[in-house]
Amino acid sequence: MSDETTNPLRDAIRQAIDENAVILFMKGTPEQPMCGFSARTAGALQTLDTPFAAVDILPDPRIRQELSALSNWPTIPQLFVNGELVGGADIVAEMYESGELAQLLGAEQPGEAPTEAPAAAPREGAPLPVENRLGS
Amino acid sequence: MATNEELKERIEAGIPGATAEVSGDGHHFEAVVAATQFTGLSRIAQHRLVYDVFGDELGGRIHALSLQTKVQ
Repeated sequence: MSDETTNPLRDAIRQAIDENAVILFMKGTPEQPMCGFSARTAGALQTLDTPFAAVDILPDPRIRQELSALSNWPTIPQLFVNGELVGGADIVAEMYESGELAQLLGAEQPGEAPTEAPAAAPREGAPLPVENRLGS
Repeated sequence: MATNEELKERIEAGIPGATAEVSGDGHHFEAVVAATQFTGLSRIAQHRLVYDVFGDELGGRIHALSLQTKVQ
């Protein structure tokens, strides 16, 4: 986009994906999702009690542009596990329901299958503000 | 405004031999797509084949496309 030599934002996104075993790019935050698809995807992770990093893509439209260019995936949310794109809301929901997501994450599938976690579900992974790395 | 019929036709044209069932309200759509081309592909790759039909229109003219893919 800007030039071929450096793309700090794309590098920051790639680094965030590399450094976080489970990272969700979403609209809003897990506590305050701004889109139903993002809410459901974050909710599935919370229900499995999996620590995950979350990046809100809304503050800067370039985050979404660069993320989609990097992942070759057009929509938000996007879940990455161990550096690999797992999918968006539909795939994560399918994998949650089948138990594949719990298996992938090494989590325990809950007996019941609520689609949304309680809002107060504690998380260990702090949200990762990628946008804050854009300051320089 | 995009229509269910348009999306169905474009998916079926873009992935020859595929069958698509599309429902939606003109902005948010749900599609169930069955295609032999999905054989052996990961879910990610299957969804990408369908997304590729619409390119930049996703998130824009087509606000959301919820997908379920099946091997035909």
